[in-house]
Amino acid sequence: MVQISMTVDGVTHTDDVEPRLLLVHYLRDQLGRTGTPVGCDTSNCGACTVLLDGTSVKSCTMLAVQADGGSVTTIQGLALDGSWHPVQKAFHECHALQCGYCTPGMVLASVDLLSRNPDPTDAEIRDGLEGNLCRCTGYQNIVTAVRSAGASLREQAGTEVG
Amino acid sequence: MTDTMARPDRVVGAAKLRKEDEHLVTGATTWTDNITLPGMLYLGILRSPIAHARITRVDVGPALSSPGVVAAFSGRDLADKLGSLPCVWPVTDDIVMPPHPPLAVDEVRYVGDAVAVVLAESRYQAADAVEAIEVDYDPLPAVVDIEAALAEGAPLVHSESGTNKCYVWPLESGDYEAAKAKADVVVARRYIQQRLIPNAIEPRSVVAASAAGTGELTLWSATQIPHIVRVLMALVTGIPENKIRVIAPDVGGGFGSKLQLYPEEVIAAVVAREVGRPVKWTESRSENFQATHHGRAQVQDIEIAATRDGKILGLKVDLLADMGAYLMIVTPGIPLLGAFMYNGIYKMDAYSFRCTGVFTNTTPTDAYRGAGRPEATYAIERIVDDLAAELGIEPMELRRRNWIQHHEFPFDSIAGLTYDSGNYEAATDRAMELFGYDALRAEQAERRERNDPVQLGIGISTYTEMCGLAPSRILASLKYVAGGWEHASVRVLPTGKVEVVTGTSPHGQGHVTAWSQIAADALGVPFEDIEVIHGDTARAPYGMDTYGSRSLVVGGMAVHEAAERVVTKAQVIAAHLMEIDPGDLDFEGGAFRVKGSPGTQKTVQEVAFEAFTAHNLPDGMEPTLHADSTIDPQTFSFPHGTHLCAAEVDTETGAVRIRSYVCVDDIGSVVNPLIVEGQIHGGVAQGIAQALYEEAVYDSDGNLTTGTMVDYLVPAAPDLPHFVTDRTETPATSNPLGVKGVGETGTIAATPAVVNAIVDALRHLGVDDIRMPCSPERVWRAIQAGGAR
Amino acid sequence: MIPAAFSYERPGSVDEAVAALGRLGDEAKVIAGGQSLLPLLRLRLVAPSALVDLGGIAALRGVRDDGDALVIGAMTTHTTVMSDPLIRQHAALLAAAAATVGDPAVRHRGTLGGSLAHADPAADLPAVAVALDAELVAAGPRGTRTIPASEFFVDYLQTVLAPDEVLAEVRVPKLGGWGVHYEKFNRVAQAWSVVGVAAAVRRSNGSIAEARVALANMAPTPIRASAVEQALAGAEGTKEAITAAAASAADGASPTSDVSAQADYREHLARVLTGRAVTAAAGL
Repeated sequence: MVQISMTVDGVTHTDDVEPRLLLVHYLRDQLGRTGTPVGCDTSNCGACTVLLDGTSVKSCTMLAVQADGGSVTTIQGLALDGSWHPVQKAFHECHALQCGYCTPGMVLASVDLLSRNPDPTDAEIRDGLEGNLCRCTGYQNIVTAVRSAGASLREQAGTEVG
Repeated sequence: MTDTMARPDRVVGAAKLRKEDEHLVTGATTWTDNITLPGMLYLGILRSPIAHARITRVDVGPALSSPGVVAAFSGRDLADKLGSLPCVWPVTDDIVMPPHPPLAVDEVRYVGDAVAVVLAESRYQAADAVEAIEVDYDPLPAVVDIEAALAEGAPLVHSESGTNKCYVWPLESGDYEAAKAKADVVVARRYIQQRLIPNAIEPRSVVAASAAGTGELTLWSATQIPHIVRVLMALVTGIPENKIRVIAPDVGGGFGSKLQLYPEEVIAAVVAREVGRPVKWTESRSENFQATHHGRAQVQDIEIAATRDGKILGLKVDLLADMGAYLMIVTPGIPLLGAFMYNGIYKMDAYSFRCTGVFTNTTPTDAYRGAGRPEATYAIERIVDDLAAELGIEPMELRRRNWIQHHEFPFDSIAGLTYDSGNYEAATDRAMELFGYDALRAEQAERRERNDPVQLGIGISTYTEMCGLAPSRILASLKYVAGGWEHASVRVLPTGKVEVVTGTSPHGQGHVTAWSQIAADALGVPFEDIEVIHGDTARAPYGMDTYGSRSLVVGGMAVHEAAERVVTKAQVIAAHLMEIDPGDLDFEGGAFRVKGSPGTQKTVQEVAFEAFTAHNLPDGMEPTLHADSTIDPQTFSFPHGTHLCAAEVDTETGAVRIRSYVCVDDIGSVVNPLIVEGQIHGGVAQGIAQALYEEAVYDSDGNLTTGTMVDYLVPAAPDLPHFVTDRTETPATSNPLGVKGVGETGTIAATPAVVNAIVDALRHLGVDDIRMPCSPERVWRAIQAGGAR
Repeated sequence: MIPAAFSYERPGSVDEAVAALGRLGDEAKVIAGGQSLLPLLRLRLVAPSALVDLGGIAALRGVRDDGDALVIGAMTTHTTVMSDPLIRQHAALLAAAAATVGDPAVRHRGTLGGSLAHADPAADLPAVAVALDAELVAAGPRGTRTIPASEFFVDYLQTVLAPDEVLAEVRVPKLGGWGVHYEKFNRVAQAWSVVGVAAAVRRSNGSIAEARVALANMAPTPIRASAVEQALAGAEGTKEAITAAAASAADGASPTSDVSAQADYREHLARVLTGRAVTAAAGL
């Protein structure tokens, strides 16, 4: 067993874990943070995407020990002070989810994308989400949602600067 | 009479945002794998690595000494308790229906067939212990190819059956041979419907808990069909049905793949009782590829006969349908759901259909989005294009000459269905306008002229489908052993809040929102005041669940009808309270008003409280305000539409790019356009995926070579185009809301539109077919072969 | 799926990593970003007894200017490689190819050194390393050694690295004034390359002075398309001349036939894509 310590959605946890424990299973089985689902075993589907130190990673393609000392944000920690992140809001408003299983990963991948490219074209959005599979939506409303969330975030940033 | 009072806006037809979303976008989900129960064990399953073998030894002993292991069982250990998995659609009297043990006992018949199980304290320990089980196999010859399976002397998947032929199912209407004899042109083609893996993004998961004392079994399952699972679980295991509760919590997509009673559901239930502790099993994706049923997998021999001026005279269809190694619940019936659809939207004099079901040593097949109808639509829409080329008639023009004109509805199709309504002209005209059909044809001609390395093709798919499964009497005539009805209860609670209980079991379709809209309008109560209860046989005891684009047409209608019955009862109570004859009340916007004196009113929600206190009800009136409805549809519904695809084909590499995709669908009246559009987007995406990307490939030994998502290509966002969508609205006449169903239309329509576009781009190069998926390599090879002619 | 158990070490320096590998023996494996390794562990296609994680070695990250070459730490992520100003300026081909690897989340974790040491013939960066005549610096118990990229890759998933060696850094010669292009052909966005072509071209007075072309997935290792390079040296800067030269792109290749493509189609693609890559690199 290896001792690890990390912050998950603002709360610091210290645990002894098996080295082979996947980050996603640490979140789900050990911490009970079941908002992050698992969809595949080959790093293709991206359902398990979380932010590690602000950057998107696939939590099924990472060992918990590799995240030692880091700060993880899951879909359950994305809303601030009870109000949804603009990407969550846009996914709802644009009907960018159906079954919702890919949604946590899709939302966090979108947050990462918009943090690097605040005003992406549709093609850039599609490329930016290439690591996340959705079987329900055909992606079109997801693209719309990310575009819309980008506009909200830019407006927010503008307001803060102004 | 003029009504000047304000009334709530009608919400049916409005793009209401979904009630389902809040918990899904915040991660407050209830996926089955999220469930942890005190004392819960993890089930691990050892699967056969060999497509066909006799099991000569299973030793679970080494697994028992693996850390954390509580129990381990072979198939033989549990054979008496597990029973045999049922097929509920014996399509012919002489169908071959071999036994299907959930855990193999003597023989394994496909790679992935479950062989032995372990129960361990953790997910990880279960995974380790599975590897410790020892099994000796005596390999038997495997048969993978559907035609090879029918050949003389082929290895037998089920040796005791003496044949790999499962059934032969014919349908004859008119005299095809006579029609053919009159024809100027006969076009014959063989199309291959490749095997597909449904790939709901949530893998399957089951939690089983058996209550000590009562023996009541609770089964949480990522299923589309909790009600059907309950019935079948009782039949298979002998556990009394009234001691089984099945819950489908949040379910992450299904597309038919969770329309099943799976071995793991039965195994989990039985071993949970065996060890007296709750048990969880969750499949990995690569396990899903082997253990969750596949779809399509048909060989289609199609022949169409027509006159020189393009009148279709007859159609002949000879199918080979791959059942896989076993019959799952509706495996044999899937190709037959297409039997009534090969004629599509066209008029003709004769139709001959025959389907042969065949066993192979592969993962069983069953429903996958569209289930039989995409295959049928593909064949007819592809061969109409080929016929057009043969006749030298523009493909849309050929369709126009043969389709049912809008004034001809209701129309009795050659396959024996009555299409109640439709307007193919309107949908097509709108689609061509949005597409810029003529301009694209001009560009196509120009590119051909200058021998551009990137050629342009236009693909047409003018489809219809039958959905709203299903009239129980028709199911009976097809030898399906259950009905096709759906149930709903509507309860107006004392505080005025409403509970809608539905027998449908949504897994992404937005029933909570749509049923709220239907009930809100019928009851005249706010949309927000309605809760929809589903997916739990204890809370929603009656239901036939969700598949076959049936939920709105059957289940939504039951909600509508139950709500109307509530209003009828409420009207009697309101009249009593208002001391007036019920016939003198109008009901509008949720309130009963005396005709001619709009000032006095009682709302449904007010009446509910009176019905609860029961202090002042009419004589003989039962307290409480609720009503039930069970709807058995009298006919199918028939969505239709026109999809147009423009594809650019790089003739140097064979790469295909969809440049534009337009769909105009007619799904009748619409409850929620937002949800409808989402269904179409997702459906079209899956249809395109079959045309371009996806295929489950087995090697000759029966190993699945596309065994993970690395090799089985599920398209991501950059791989799909932007879809232009629109609708025409020809209401169904078969139900009061005029709705038709939309869950499968996109998938049914899209595949031939894409392949027709690719072939259209290359026809001048001698290409008349490309096997799906139209990978760059296949396209390139088709061009090489065409040029060589 | 779930990995089989292993022990785990997270050394703080390259020396410690080398020592750990020496101590743990052949059954130990290095984990860099883990983006190739984790799926293999999960499918239990590999089951090492120990993992030595290079993630804690700060010295292995980053890019520095070393005169006529860039030195890129093996643990530098693809995200950094595709965006680092020095790499974009002096090794733009590497940046371009890195941008096609995996997907954003994979690129955030995956590393240049990890990709090279994994040596998947379908991977993009090994071909670029070969095209650029990169040198790979390996640290072992007897110190460091520098290996030309052309000698680094031995076979499918095999390099010359000894079990107790760690790939520490990659030296990429600067290519001033060259045009570059990476042409990736895959069936869906997240699929591996069916064929990839890395091309760098130096033009002079309208003609092609010099060209380098390397192919991904046309052999068990990345290979240089030497015949193409020879044909291009001094060739006219026209599409026709390039297409003619590209006709020999598959010479000496030995592509596999698998579920993504048959060998002869890969050979055809190599010719077409080489023409396109060189044309783009030449700015035509």
